[in-house]
Amino acid sequence: MKVNDALNGAALVALGAVVLWHIQGFPPMPGQKYGPAWFPGLIASGLIACGALLILARLRAADSQPPFALPEWTRRSRPVASVASVIAGLVIYVLVVDAVGFHITAAALLLAWSRLLGASWRLAIPVSIAATVVIHLAFYKLLKVPLPWGLLERVVF
Amino acid sequence: LTLAVLSQALALVFDPYVLWVIVASAAFGLFVGAIPGLTATMATALLVPVTFFMPPVPAIASIVTATAMAIFAGDIPSCLLRMPGTPASAAYTDEAYAMTKKGQGEVALGAGLVFSVIGGLFGTAVLIAAAPALAEVALKFSSFEYFWLVVLGLSSAVFLAIGDPLKGVVSLLLGLLVASVGLDNPAAYPRFTFGNVELAGGLTLIPIMIGMFAVSEIIRNVAAMDQPWEMAQTKIGNVFTGMWTLTKRYPLQILRGSTLGTAIGALPGAGADIAAWMSYAMSKKFSKEPDKFGTGHVEGIVEAGASNNSALAGAWIPALVFGIPGDSITAIVIGVLYIKGLNPGPTVFMEKAPEMYAIFFVFILANLLMLPLGVAAIKGAKQLLRAPRQVLMPVILLFCIVGSFAINNSLFGVVLMLVFGLVGYLMEENGFPVAPAILGMVLGAMLEEHFISSMIKADGRLLAFFERPIAAGLGVLTIAVFAWPLARAWLLPDRNTR
Repeated sequence: MKVNDALNGAALVALGAVVLWHIQGFPPMPGQKYGPAWFPGLIASGLIACGALLILARLRAADSQPPFALPEWTRRSRPVASVASVIAGLVIYVLVVDAVGFHITAAALLLAWSRLLGASWRLAIPVSIAATVVIHLAFYKLLKVPLPWGLLERVVF
Repeated sequence: LTLAVLSQALALVFDPYVLWVIVASAAFGLFVGAIPGLTATMATALLVPVTFFMPPVPAIASIVTATAMAIFAGDIPSCLLRMPGTPASAAYTDEAYAMTKKGQGEVALGAGLVFSVIGGLFGTAVLIAAAPALAEVALKFSSFEYFWLVVLGLSSAVFLAIGDPLKGVVSLLLGLLVASVGLDNPAAYPRFTFGNVELAGGLTLIPIMIGMFAVSEIIRNVAAMDQPWEMAQTKIGNVFTGMWTLTKRYPLQILRGSTLGTAIGALPGAGADIAAWMSYAMSKKFSKEPDKFGTGHVEGIVEAGASNNSALAGAWIPALVFGIPGDSITAIVIGVLYIKGLNPGPTVFMEKAPEMYAIFFVFILANLLMLPLGVAAIKGAKQLLRAPRQVLMPVILLFCIVGSFAINNSLFGVVLMLVFGLVGYLMEENGFPVAPAILGMVLGAMLEEHFISSMIKADGRLLAFFERPIAAGLGVLTIAVFAWPLARAWLLPDRNTR
């Protein structure tokens, strides 16, 4: 998604202003000129200045730019579904992995993603299972990463 | 440097476990580099969770080897698909593809391989010579000099970024803002934490990097997945045929590419991709036959191919000596160095000399290993590029999830990865370069810390930053870097805007 630079600039000015407002509550460092608010304050001022310059540059530019422009692929349903599935899949993973467990979530997501991207069942099913097993062996067994078992906990232990 | 250190370093490298790691990482790097859309930086970010559990030398060796292989392997799809395998090959992708169309794909691939090796070895030689020497000088540095070095590094990231410098500054500021989250500041005051325990520790870099370099790339990839790759039909025989003739015909180009590449690599914020663009442009500018460029002429591939691999090694010079990354890869590496107790800085060459020289040996070994493994990758390229992306991308995505989780064993890492994946994607879409943001995140804490401790020493007098000779020199240089574009704009007004 391409956003008009004037809007980008306005967003940066707003972000800078919010940061400046928020750091007013930071306490000073006793006996020092520069406390914890100094560095974020400097950054926020910079963001406001850059945002203003972006707006100015956009206003002075000869060509026009639409407020929002969507990339070409958003007009085709397949890429839109693929990109949406990546984002939705990651959100679902975070929400359910502790309850359902890594293995079921991972295999299900792999299967869903591969199918949506156009893989055949014959390819998607074995790869989803194999990749989950390999990651289990590499990360859980070898590297001792505590991947949650979730629903499988009672089955395994 | 003593014989004892050398033999210790050799023993560290020529350990069966380390050699096994090197070969495995080489295969991983070749694969990642050869698949368009998977980059060397992404390879590094994905390797980090695995290296967590390795001793220091194999951990670093895996990154050195994988990135060197990936930057070379990026040339392979350039020749066969007209798509760069990594951004570092983008500068001469059209040229390489034009050569393939003319039936010279073999020469293009051979040149990519041989001159990558030469460039890589050149950069390594400079790294070995320059880093310890620079460390001697840097031993005398105090917080004043470090403050200026960080500022210089951040500025060069902005000015070397491709595109609008103003957007480079914005990207840098956003990175610095991310770096200021948490308790890790001189006052140890919890900034922007909103009472959240996860935020108090600061935003962990690795999930952010996996997000910005891997997830954003996967989004781009799946958006373009419905367009099939068209492979150029070409026969590939002995890729070394004619390479000696090329070396004799273009010695100056090889030297120039390697030198410029090493220098660009060593400058913070610019890496192999920008080195290749600059070297390709320079090659064309100084060529005796500039009109042949773009029609399938090998000269630019020779120069830029040497350049991008030499940039990799160059980037390690400021990373090891000052803890200032030379490119996005070393931005990740610095974090690994700290975790492994090889804290970058001038003293590391004395305290951890065997490990440092072991890293140098790995660089040499990786570049030499590139010859046989590179040939194998070229031979197997057609099969490699047929790897089904429909299942490859999901598997990589799962790997990203587990990697982001494994850093702190926390789902917050996965959340960070997703958020910064989207942020990285939107930034690139809108012309904001990602590299300055990464540099800002890595250097933010260092910048503030050196400023505050300098001000405590000098009792708040800002002029103290110019009172030590080296600090004054660095300070003047920094001001000059900033003043130059402004002065030029003022002295030579652009005709289009007035």
